[in-house]
Amino acid sequence: MTQQVLFYFFATVLVAAALAVITVRNSVHAALSLVLTFFTAAGIWILAEAEFLGLALIVVYVGAVMVLFLFVVMMLDIKPESMREGFIRFLPVGVIVALVMLAEMLSLIGVKALQAQALPENPALAAGSNTAWLGKALYTEFLLPFEIAALILTVALIAAVALTLRKRSGVRTQKPGEQVLVQRNERLRVVKMASEGGKGESA
Amino acid sequence: MESVIALFNSFVHDWPNLSLFIGLILLPLLPLIISVAMYVWWERKVIGWMHVRMGPNQVGPLGLAQAFADVFKLLFKEITIPEKASTFLFYLAPLIALVPAMAAWAVVPIGEKLAWSNANAGLLYLLAMTSLGVYGIVLAGWASNSKYAFLGAMRAAAQVVSYEIAMGMAIVSVLILAGSLNLSDVVQAQAGSKGFLEWFWLPLLPMFVIYFISGVAETNRAPFDVTEGESEIVAGFHVEYSGSAFAIFFLAEYANMILVSFLSSILFLGGWLSPLQGLGLGVLSAPGWWWLFAKAFVMAFLFLWFRATFPRYRYDQIMRLGWKVFIPITIAWIFVAGCLAYFGGVTIGPGGNP
Amino acid sequence: MNRVVSYIKSLFLLELLQGLWLTGRYFVKPKYTMQYPMEKIPKSNRFRGLHALRRYPNGEERCIACKLCEAVCPALAITIDAAPRASDGQRRTTRYEIDLFKCIFCGFCEESCPVDSIVETDIHEYHFEKRGENILTKEKLLALGDRYEAEIAAARAQDAAFR
Repeated sequence: MTQQVLFYFFATVLVAAALAVITVRNSVHAALSLVLTFFTAAGIWILAEAEFLGLALIVVYVGAVMVLFLFVVMMLDIKPESMREGFIRFLPVGVIVALVMLAEMLSLIGVKALQAQALPENPALAAGSNTAWLGKALYTEFLLPFEIAALILTVALIAAVALTLRKRSGVRTQKPGEQVLVQRNERLRVVKMASEGGKGESA
Repeated sequence: MESVIALFNSFVHDWPNLSLFIGLILLPLLPLIISVAMYVWWERKVIGWMHVRMGPNQVGPLGLAQAFADVFKLLFKEITIPEKASTFLFYLAPLIALVPAMAAWAVVPIGEKLAWSNANAGLLYLLAMTSLGVYGIVLAGWASNSKYAFLGAMRAAAQVVSYEIAMGMAIVSVLILAGSLNLSDVVQAQAGSKGFLEWFWLPLLPMFVIYFISGVAETNRAPFDVTEGESEIVAGFHVEYSGSAFAIFFLAEYANMILVSFLSSILFLGGWLSPLQGLGLGVLSAPGWWWLFAKAFVMAFLFLWFRATFPRYRYDQIMRLGWKVFIPITIAWIFVAGCLAYFGGVTIGPGGNP
Repeated sequence: MNRVVSYIKSLFLLELLQGLWLTGRYFVKPKYTMQYPMEKIPKSNRFRGLHALRRYPNGEERCIACKLCEAVCPALAITIDAAPRASDGQRRTTRYEIDLFKCIFCGFCEESCPVDSIVETDIHEYHFEKRGENILTKEKLLALGDRYEAEIAAARAQDAAFR
């Protein structure tokens, strides 16, 4: 029973936060609402005993992706007025895209959902811990798709670096690696000087 | 509607049970807060001794009440809010910093069959909680509407994300050898007959070092304390905080430090297992929570030792260390750990005979 | 080769361990902090602290208003007015003030004094609470001298051989 209460609580927060993401004017507040959305979604997943997925959602999206997102959003100087400038002009396009997406979603999910299906026995429960089960499934049944996904991500990563990396001439940057390698005798010369025999001071 | 009322009624009916749970959940927090106070005192003592000073010794015997005196001073001070600060987030930020630091303790086992939650995905949960702590810092920096605080927040965001990867990799190597995400199982996997040589610090020595250093970076402690960087950006993210709001940041930081100390003891130093396990020395070989606390104390001492010894890293050096040194080493050592596991260099999973 | 050596050095954190070793040594070294209000460092008998005006044993004030101290004072902290005393017409000060905000405690006044009247005691723990308290008037100086005469005389006696 507590579970049900918790579910409705999480669900309410989730929907409210998701609505806040698209209605709040301040972009940082919107990003934070997205964080809350992810967090409550993770809560619901954990409630549904998919603890690995829920925690992975927090680690990956809340802990890393959204931090970087916030990082960028905070740095940007977004004026709400300029954002709303073309709202009416682009509204038809937006509505069409939204409708197309809705139709696609319905055709994908909706059709199946129309007939009731008997769910198969939860394989994760049989394995004891759904982390272990997920790992086994990923590395046996779904090894090829998993590896392909990893490869695509790596390619995307390298592409992102390659696109943004440009050698600019005439830029003076510090190279910490070389700085660390510096030896004392490259920078410092200890000179032994003979004393001048008091000639200077006598005057 | 009726079902909702029934739901609510049953919820209220469950309440005594629930409040018992909540009491149990709150139970570890008081010792945690007291140990944070003691840790602050110990830090000031240790750093004093390393500076050939005496440290606090006026308030109470040996200055032990110094931390409490500081707490009361902070609690009675006014919280000032900058004029154009975002008030809600300004108040929320310290709480967001504190809650994950406290929540993470839910899965930390302090002895055999002694944990508040023996969750199967305990390690993952810890990773999730420690990664949440940065929001407090980022929000504090942004909500303060101050340049210094903002710079501190930016640094914190970049640094924590970078070091989380190395930290996660180090944890993965532990997972490979332990074969479980459950912290109790991780400790059990380190049981054996060869004393402290059975623990994971030996096969995973570089990972142990990297984990701990990443832990220092994650908690924004010296020499990685660029988020505070008092010589560059005044006090970083908490410039504008005073009174109890500042105290909460302080509490969160030290709770996180203690947490990292406990975790490195559990993951790499055999948790509550005796360093002389399996040698048949009676009490000295018996496992017990005191071993865990002793190990955590040593690790916590290292935090202070580092702070007294090392000058602050430059920001780009921190990034270089995280991305170009730690992550390659961790990836390479995960491979080594995999080989160890595959070719039977270590016993996998809970199976050793203590 | 150099590069390899330094890579190995940095990988094994050798220099960091050296640093830890250093602070670790200081950690266990005995501390020589003075617990100030409870423990005090012994002071030299030449310590130059708060000023005082002395009297002869018969109660006559020593100062003859020669104004040498006023002249020698590098910080211009001393102000003296002089006039014949009403009772016997002797030249005495009517006003002798030292501004402690200006005074640099150089001790020249004490050295220049022909009758050992103005002296610097070893008192260094004093404070002001109001504006104007920084001026040591003649009354205050004489009171200080009366109060600490024993200590002042003892310090002078110890140092007598070197004067």
